[in-house]
Amino acid sequence: MESYNADPKMSPMPVLDPAERSKNFSEVALGYDEETAVAEARRCLGCKARPCVSGCPVGVPIPEFIACVKAGEFGKAYAKLSEATSLPAVCGRVCPQEKQCEAQCVRGRKGDPVGIGRLERFVADRHAEENEKTERPQTNGHRVAVVGSGPAGLSCAGDLAKMGYAVTVFEALHAAGGVLVYGIPEFRLPKAIVRREIDGLRTMGVEIVTNAVAGRSFTVEELFGRYEAVFLGTGAGLPNFMDIPGENAKGVFSANEYLTRINLMKANEEDSETPVFRAERVAVVGGGNVAMDAARCARRLGAEVTVVYRRSEEELPARREEAEHAREEGVGFRYLTNPVEILTDAEHNVTGLKCVKMRLGEADGSGRRSPVAVEGSEFTLAADCVIMAIGTSPNPLVARTTEGLVTDGRGRIAADGEGQTSLAGVFAGGDAVTGSATVILAMGAGKRAARAIDNYIRSRA
Amino acid sequence: MYTILKKEALNEFTVRMTVSAPMAAHRARAGQFVILRADARGERIPLTVAGYDREAGTVDVIFQIVGGATMSLASKREGEAVEDFAGPLGVPTRTDGLKKVAVIGGGVGCAIALPVVRELRAQGADVLSVIGFRTKGLVILEEEFRALSDRCVLVTDDASLGEKGNVCAPLSRILAAGEQFDEVFAAGPLPMMKAVAETTRPYAVKTVASMNPIMIDGTGMCGCCRVTVGGERKFACVDGPEFDAHLIDFDEAMLRLRTYAPFEARARERHCNLFRMRSEEES
Repeated sequence: MESYNADPKMSPMPVLDPAERSKNFSEVALGYDEETAVAEARRCLGCKARPCVSGCPVGVPIPEFIACVKAGEFGKAYAKLSEATSLPAVCGRVCPQEKQCEAQCVRGRKGDPVGIGRLERFVADRHAEENEKTERPQTNGHRVAVVGSGPAGLSCAGDLAKMGYAVTVFEALHAAGGVLVYGIPEFRLPKAIVRREIDGLRTMGVEIVTNAVAGRSFTVEELFGRYEAVFLGTGAGLPNFMDIPGENAKGVFSANEYLTRINLMKANEEDSETPVFRAERVAVVGGGNVAMDAARCARRLGAEVTVVYRRSEEELPARREEAEHAREEGVGFRYLTNPVEILTDAEHNVTGLKCVKMRLGEADGSGRRSPVAVEGSEFTLAADCVIMAIGTSPNPLVARTTEGLVTDGRGRIAADGEGQTSLAGVFAGGDAVTGSATVILAMGAGKRAARAIDNYIRSRA
Repeated sequence: MYTILKKEALNEFTVRMTVSAPMAAHRARAGQFVILRADARGERIPLTVAGYDREAGTVDVIFQIVGGATMSLASKREGEAVEDFAGPLGVPTRTDGLKKVAVIGGGVGCAIALPVVRELRAQGADVLSVIGFRTKGLVILEEEFRALSDRCVLVTDDASLGEKGNVCAPLSRILAAGEQFDEVFAAGPLPMMKAVAETTRPYAVKTVASMNPIMIDGTGMCGCCRVTVGGERKFACVDGPEFDAHLIDFDEAMLRLRTYAPFEARARERHCNLFRMRSEEES
């Protein structure tokens, strides 16, 4: 047995130089090498109580996979990960580990927690490098349709395929992956990795149909002619705006639009037909991961970028590492600041963002202290582009075209903890149910729904 | 494979293609659109469903060659395929209960107007079509409109064919003569649709315009296609593309359509060369 590593510090992640990377879209975090991974794995105490696992929405057997890394058995470590997650290379990169598994780690009480996310990424990347075979499971002859190929849909499809179901995934866009492809930028999650994970699902027999728009190209009802159950992972939809003057000016974009042009359409590349707005001074409104992604993309397109967030740094909802990386790359932050108007010229081009200063008042329903405007604190931020990254509302297409599918007042599909909707045989999960959330929560929902779908189909057989 | 089964030039700048796309064809209706990409590096182009054949599994699209993406598309030949073809998108035209309708088409907007005429006639409605073009060389679909409509008026700005003037002249004359319509439907350039809305407003006749804002996904995700209608934010891809023309903020829509104009020139130049090469080969 390898010796225990008592270092209170997490092994640092090698990253590209900020000055260099803020000019390109290459992946920022470079990943552990074998030696670092084993050393980091040796920091794990292998607690019997497994507090880390309780912090993971998909229940990855964390101490067990880390034990394999310690022993240098990386293939076995991958098999352990695969018991719980269909997309380990993705989770290792985009999960907010500091709020989940790593927040529960005993090592974190004195010093840094074990770098669980970094180890997960190492194991997944190592598996891909060695091109280890993914097993094709024995089929059970039952067919399930999955609508949406984002994290919820892919995780549901992966788990069902492992159980032997013949799964068809329907995707509205021309490329599979959902938010992993159109939302999260290349420098945080290389698209080659998403493709690799999706190819893995294809190898397991999952069929993926692109250009298939639920509620338009087909209805949920129609699917029941060919499939026994349907999972709806249609994701978050229409972007929210602030309803302030000037929001429809030229140069105001939703983060969804800005990011889709760059990530899905590659508008930043010379030979792409899709244009992207090239601005000099960009203001990004919001403080989540999407705001960080938009800010860092704008920086890479050569703009001076300021993130405008209405609460303080402490409340910033973004993954800590993303905010740090953004700062290193030269993105500015204006905390306790709220836009009240987008200023424009005669041609309706953006010229600035009028803001007010905020202070934190009483705690609101979410437990966060709600910001209150400070009277007389108005000021103008110069900007020729404003990106709104303040969340999304669910896509209305499926709800509008599926009779009997119950939604809540905000258009989110009503589903229980197992994903069961108001319709027999129809399950749902991810942002379509919860509203804007994280990749890993969507994956967890997809996974639970896969189990529920399995129970449902077995109960009818 | 979305194979181009038929390709035909409607005029020097406008092309009709019949594309094999069974999934889009099986639910397509008048007033809807598709999004296609010519090539793997291509832009997502929203195009009106100009016709469909459910049995054959085909959808017709008509497009004007205006920029890089439409040039790549126009350089495709019969038998070749487009990379992607998604649809149908948008809400179909609401024709229920309409007995007498004036359908106004301007330029390539006639591609949107024609299936609406077809659907209205199929349900027995009386249809007046007014179609307008800049000049004779840009006229498209004249025969189809004449054959399908109860009455058809053709206008050109320069009087090179039909009446001289824009579509509002005959419309205004007919309304002033006291003729009543259940609805006026307009599809064409934004200034034309705005003018139609102003022409019909004093007569309080319900007027619908088919909007064509910039879009990316077309499925209710990017928010790029937002249009202000009656002071509310609407998304053309999921709420439209048709809205009450008397409530649309056309001035804002016209400005928004120019958002990417400064950034598109480079792509256009690159595609011009490719397009020129292929059209020389074809001729």
